[in-house]
Amino acid sequence: MGSAGNGRLRQTLPPTPPIANGCRGFFDDSFQQGPRTAVIQAAIFYLFATVVVASGLMVILAKNPVHSVLWLILAFFNAAGLFLVIGAEFVAMILVIVYVGAVAVLFLFVVMMLDIDFTEMRAGFVRYLPFGMVLALILAVELVMVAGAWAFGDMVPEARMAPKPGVDAQLSNTQAIGTILYTDYVFIFQMAGMILLTAMIGAIVLTLRHRPGVKRQNVAAQNARTPASAVTITKPAIGAGVDTGAGVQPLIEKEGRS
Amino acid sequence: MIGIGHYLTVGAILFTLGVFGIFITRKNIIVILMSVELILLAVNINFVAFSVFLNDMVGQIFAMFVLTVAAGEAAIGLAILVIYFRNRGTIAVDDVRQMRG
Repeated sequence: MGSAGNGRLRQTLPPTPPIANGCRGFFDDSFQQGPRTAVIQAAIFYLFATVVVASGLMVILAKNPVHSVLWLILAFFNAAGLFLVIGAEFVAMILVIVYVGAVAVLFLFVVMMLDIDFTEMRAGFVRYLPFGMVLALILAVELVMVAGAWAFGDMVPEARMAPKPGVDAQLSNTQAIGTILYTDYVFIFQMAGMILLTAMIGAIVLTLRHRPGVKRQNVAAQNARTPASAVTITKPAIGAGVDTGAGVQPLIEKEGRS
Repeated sequence: MIGIGHYLTVGAILFTLGVFGIFITRKNIIVILMSVELILLAVNINFVAFSVFLNDMVGQIFAMFVLTVAAGEAAIGLAILVIYFRNRGTIAVDDVRQMRG
């Protein structure tokens, strides 16, 4: 992008690897050219990364689960910001829509709906703290070892399943995802839809209950009513009134509604 | 300046926080579910970072499927939580032994 200038500009700017090259440094390499944008990008990255880690810590340390959910929402927003910084706009927007709009609101709804004594919930906190810290420490050391031992090999370009379209292709991130999501990965996409359908039906079936004393509208019974079954024509004699034993009856008993 | 290592570091920290959260809040299943969401978010960060820095779009595709599974898991988990609370009046997972497991 920026490295295609003239010779003088190329001398002033540090040499940058081409975009299509798969080998990048582990910590030292920026994916965008230009020192000034790199500084701004680093500042934004550190802002988002700090907030996402801090809010992730607050999710598990907050005393009130409602506060935990709110910290979780903040963490999701900042993770979406992290995705925006490296140019994955579509995943960032999906993260905001799905996680913040659906999952976090679902959590908030359930937390507020259930009447729980949350102070009693924190009883084992001190007891589990050393064990949890030891386990988290072991996991962190393992992750550091993996990251230290792992290095970018000289990746063969054929190993990429779907290479990112180049700058000259004029495709946005969303278009690039759409072109392979609906062609190469359409069956997995359909299966994701089936997973969501299963989750939806499962959640409905789990939480549905028929309470016996509640009157509900039975649309099928209403549509099945005919004048013959609903109306009774009587001809009472003058001065005798309506014979309630054979004539008009209360609707509930006659219909036998469930 | 910002390489893949920075993103992997953030993902590793979030993953560790999620596992830590599962272990220190063993009574509150809501916080456990939120910790699982944190873990899946860390996985997503790793996927997207690798996708961008290796120039391969499949990582972002897979991140969306991880998101799908996370949404389904949250829905099912919270539904189970709701019916458990309806039956027992508490959500303390320490004494969940109805199934004699």
